[in-house]
Amino acid sequence: MKTKRSHGIRESFGDRVFLFISYALCGLILLAVAYPLYFVLIASVSDPDAVNRGEVLLLPAKTSLDAYIAVFEESQVWTGYRNTILYTALSVLFSLCIVMPAAYALSRKDFPGRGPLVIFFLIAMYFNGGMVPTYLLVDSLGMTNTIWAMVLPSCVNVFHLIIAKTYFETSIPNELREAAELDGCTDFKFFIRIVLPLSKAIISVVGVYVAVATWNSYMNALMYITEESLQPLQIVLRNILLVAQVTSGQSAAMARESEMMKYALIVVTTIPIICVYPFVQKYFEKGVMIGSVKG
Amino acid sequence: MKRTNTHSLSATRRQLKRTKQLWLFVLPAVVMVSIFNYIPMYGVIMAFEDFKPSLGFFGSKWVGLEHFVRFFNSYSSSSTIRNTILLSVESLLWTFPIPIIFALLLNQISHARFKRAVQTVTYMPYFISIVVLVSIVNLFLSPYRGFYGAIVSLLELQDPIEPLTDPAFFRTVYIGSTIWQTTGYQSIIYLAALSGVDPALHEAAKIDGASRWQRVLHIDLPTLMPTISIMFIMACGSIMNVGFEKAYLLQNKLNLNVSEVLQTYVYKVGLINAQYSFSAAINLFSTVINIIMLLVMNRVVKKLSDTSLL
Repeated sequence: MKTKRSHGIRESFGDRVFLFISYALCGLILLAVAYPLYFVLIASVSDPDAVNRGEVLLLPAKTSLDAYIAVFEESQVWTGYRNTILYTALSVLFSLCIVMPAAYALSRKDFPGRGPLVIFFLIAMYFNGGMVPTYLLVDSLGMTNTIWAMVLPSCVNVFHLIIAKTYFETSIPNELREAAELDGCTDFKFFIRIVLPLSKAIISVVGVYVAVATWNSYMNALMYITEESLQPLQIVLRNILLVAQVTSGQSAAMARESEMMKYALIVVTTIPIICVYPFVQKYFEKGVMIGSVKG
Repeated sequence: MKRTNTHSLSATRRQLKRTKQLWLFVLPAVVMVSIFNYIPMYGVIMAFEDFKPSLGFFGSKWVGLEHFVRFFNSYSSSSTIRNTILLSVESLLWTFPIPIIFALLLNQISHARFKRAVQTVTYMPYFISIVVLVSIVNLFLSPYRGFYGAIVSLLELQDPIEPLTDPAFFRTVYIGSTIWQTTGYQSIIYLAALSGVDPALHEAAKIDGASRWQRVLHIDLPTLMPTISIMFIMACGSIMNVGFEKAYLLQNKLNLNVSEVLQTYVYKVGLINAQYSFSAAINLFSTVINIIMLLVMNRVVKKLSDTSLL
């Protein structure tokens, strides 16, 4: 349709220049965003010395998978991986099971608690007690150094609750419920059998939000987890990537190996979470829009 | 009077019974939020006490404004507050307009596959964790290795700039990496608003001889204004919230005089040195500033553009 239109009215010279600049800038932005990612990828399969000599700017040099082998020989990485997958799965499960029913109840105009409860949740979104009281609470509940410290405190995100509520309000017609009610369908059955199957979009959006946040979460683990066997991937990563570089006194060979591992480690920890995205992309843009309606 | 009361009471009871299951639906969320969001709000009171975990919340001594006075008299307060404000105001100035401009540019592109490719690639960094982002920054910008190191050694630069440790570059690195990570994601909402523009408006403007640039200025931009206003108010409401993780991870001994912000200071003082009340006081101070900023900007924007958040 667009091409048809541009045939109709000839574009002026100025317009064509403007269009050209738009394309060029978007192309440049594309390259600027993609290049660092590409660089990490090619550096991870190249010889570290070649990387430092500047031979790996466009194409990998002396390719090998040594770095990946070294990464997977590191037991910390495996533990971190296992913990992160466990925390992410539990967080998504808990979060969806708690947030979705609540959002549905709040979306019902005939639910008497709706008004006050929405305010109750919104206050929780804008005010918080801060880092120290939250830490003391989690500690006094005996959750530090347990899985639960990584799952429960951040399990209900009010923002997710609000976007899910908005989604239910706009996409579950009231007539549907009334009809079901006449047939003797309870709220519980209606939610399970009708609302949930109609809400794949919002379930996947909230699921992805929670999964990405948990996979990438660093601060919770920094505060609550000191036990090595419970540390998630991000903490392991930080120990290897950011702390290791300041320890002096390591031999040149060790330095070379840790240098080599860094790029591979970044790839290994980021690929899984980036891979989730294309599957939910179409829902995701919709979800961001729903969220923006009521913000 | 009495009759209506009992009547409404039984009506309420009936309604409660009818919506019993809905109450059960919200119950878990209410419990979780009460525990993890509301209970820690006692931190507000902790800021006025000399809180000791052994004495508990009620047994600790009340000291009034002592912690606030101590913070404002301390050597670190002015520099920490200045760093926080400079970092967040500068961040806002850069990271707020860029996604808008990017969305307007991308909206010009009619080649569907190119547009799709640009969108997909620019969203990607949003999914990268802060730890990985900072690692990429470190590997990329160190003059001794990686990308920048390669450029330095190829050009045989003597005495290269060290962006990671030079305090003059801390904010540039911080903001630049934020732009890289979030521009694509932030632009989604503006693109969505732009897709709602009535094509007839553009047609009419074209027939009247409006150039592309004029149409961007007089059709697209006004369409975005309400979204821009709301996003701006929300951004101002977190002016004192510098991302803790990023500031903390980009920090090193050499750039500490510009990289120490309120959040990192609260963490160090509060959790590492266990001065609970002192850090709660600092936290309260930054929350109050945030709320004031939110309310002030809400009024300003309301005056200017008739949209408001509250």
